[in-house]
Amino acid sequence: MLRLDGISVTFDKFQLKNVSLEVKEGEYVVILGMSGVGKSVLLEVIAGLTSNDSGAVYLDGKDITHEKIQHRSIALVYQDQALFPHLSARRNVEYGLRSRRVSKAQIKQKVDKVFDEIDIHHLADRSPGTLSGGEAQRIALGRALVIKPRLLLLDEPLSALDVQSRGKMQSLLRRINHSGQTMLHVTHDYEEAISLADRIVIMEDGSISQMGTPNEIFQKPTSRFVANFVGIRNFIKGELLPPGPDTGKMSVFKSNGLSFLVLTTFSPGKGHFTIRSDDITLSQSPVQTSAQNRYEGIIVDMAPSKLGVEIMVDIGFKLVAIITEKTVNTMKLAIGRPIWVNFKATAGVFLPE
Amino acid sequence: MKLQSFSNVKALPPLHMIFMAMGGCILLFIVGPLVSMILHTGAGEMMEAVADPEVTGSIWLTIWTSMTGAFFFSIFGIPFAYILARKEFPFKRLVLAIIDLPIVVPHTAAGIAMLGVLSRNSLLGSTADNFGIELIGSPIAIMAAMSFVSIPFLINSARDGFEGVSERLEKAALNLGASQFRVFFTISLPLAWRSVLSGIILMWARGLSEFGAVVIVAYHPMITPILIYERFSSFGLKYARPVTVVFLLVCLIVFMLLRLMAGGKKNAKT
Repeated sequence: MLRLDGISVTFDKFQLKNVSLEVKEGEYVVILGMSGVGKSVLLEVIAGLTSNDSGAVYLDGKDITHEKIQHRSIALVYQDQALFPHLSARRNVEYGLRSRRVSKAQIKQKVDKVFDEIDIHHLADRSPGTLSGGEAQRIALGRALVIKPRLLLLDEPLSALDVQSRGKMQSLLRRINHSGQTMLHVTHDYEEAISLADRIVIMEDGSISQMGTPNEIFQKPTSRFVANFVGIRNFIKGELLPPGPDTGKMSVFKSNGLSFLVLTTFSPGKGHFTIRSDDITLSQSPVQTSAQNRYEGIIVDMAPSKLGVEIMVDIGFKLVAIITEKTVNTMKLAIGRPIWVNFKATAGVFLPE
Repeated sequence: MKLQSFSNVKALPPLHMIFMAMGGCILLFIVGPLVSMILHTGAGEMMEAVADPEVTGSIWLTIWTSMTGAFFFSIFGIPFAYILARKEFPFKRLVLAIIDLPIVVPHTAAGIAMLGVLSRNSLLGSTADNFGIELIGSPIAIMAAMSFVSIPFLINSARDGFEGVSERLEKAALNLGASQFRVFFTISLPLAWRSVLSGIILMWARGLSEFGAVVIVAYHPMITPILIYERFSSFGLKYARPVTVVFLLVCLIVFMLLRLMAGGKKNAKT
């Protein structure tokens, strides 16, 4: 549906180099990268707000590289919302329709519908200056959705929000996507990416370094950058269950017949369990420590890395632990040896799907 | 609230007290002569001046020419100010310097320059003459002279206003499908409106008080600053004062009304 073909843009400080990617109808694609790699510029190129030096943008097979901004049907939600400060929330949402030749009755009907969908009726008469971050973000979203864009671009839509509104906004975005809206979202937050994306695009230094489903990206990072950036190698798909009778406040995450204890504020459901390699400790026997999660497995791979040695242990699925070379020698670790894997319930992170 | 402001006064450091006293001197310097002039003018004299058709006619002429000039040049000046705020182009600094030129040019010099353009010997003057219009000594000449010296105030103030409007808002509006034209009238102009209006008022007020440039291109019909000068030089201070006070009061009232209107509009830049 959207296709970028070799987009390059040069700025004073950075450049976008030969970016090509495709977004399918109804898909939720998240571009993940550190701030300042040109993610926002890429969105502006797609929306037509910034012009590219070379390359082409196709929407539904049509070359729109030189199409006027107002004819693109691609809505962009800014990180800082960019609400019009002199118009009420409702007027903000109406703006796009008023710019088209839409009758008053139709404007009212369409705006009411969007207000219902994202539950912002109570904000209608408020002035943008008086809205909280989450409220302003929802108005901005409504303003973009009301024109029924072919593609919705989101520039760091969650980064300005507090933790609570963040969760709500995430589920709202998911719901909008499930109703058929194609979405392209940029962020620097990998948890956000895992939670929302059908497909993740990793951007590094102005170009794309990896693309794939969250599983592919986190389990098989193709570059050191990706591995370091995402910071986690252990990424397990499964289901979160409510706390059991003997687990206290901790919830139980089940996958492939194994269960982990995890401390989370998310409610039960499907999702991913992640744990950083350096949060995992190894021991020769099941020692009693503060770590609640203990599993026996077999070392299947060992590879030196920048931080030490990566030990891959198969406990039903593969977990990666990073330990120092010295420890490898004193513990006499080797491929094929049995080993115990330990980690604290607070070290694991559950990310809902 | 009251308590707080009271304690603020109490806590004022001596240096600030000195500064405030100095400020008081300045205020006195501005208000003193005006108030004394008003106090020296009897009510009878003022009523006489108000009843004098020469006085009322000239005040009316002064107000409408300066206002028309300000409005007419707003039509060209506001879009120009927008371009100056948004675009970078070669020789932009030169253009900005040209706009400020009327502020530094002596006003009589400006009048002489205008005379050259408006007189019957010039292209503009002779063209108008062919249609039976004499520019010199006409309200058009008055407007031209007033506008020449006051246009920088409009453009600079409006430019400041547009510069304060975030370009992202304009981009957001374009992105929602608005045309450039619509973005200008529904986003840029309303958000810059306070500064733009303030520029129009400044230009108008500056034009209203112009003497030097106008006296050269149009001694007659007489705008009030010239009438005041004429009465002063022919009959003396006593005869010039009532006209001056009436003119001053009329200007103050109109000015305050406009300020109120401008202030009543909520500042959109939040």
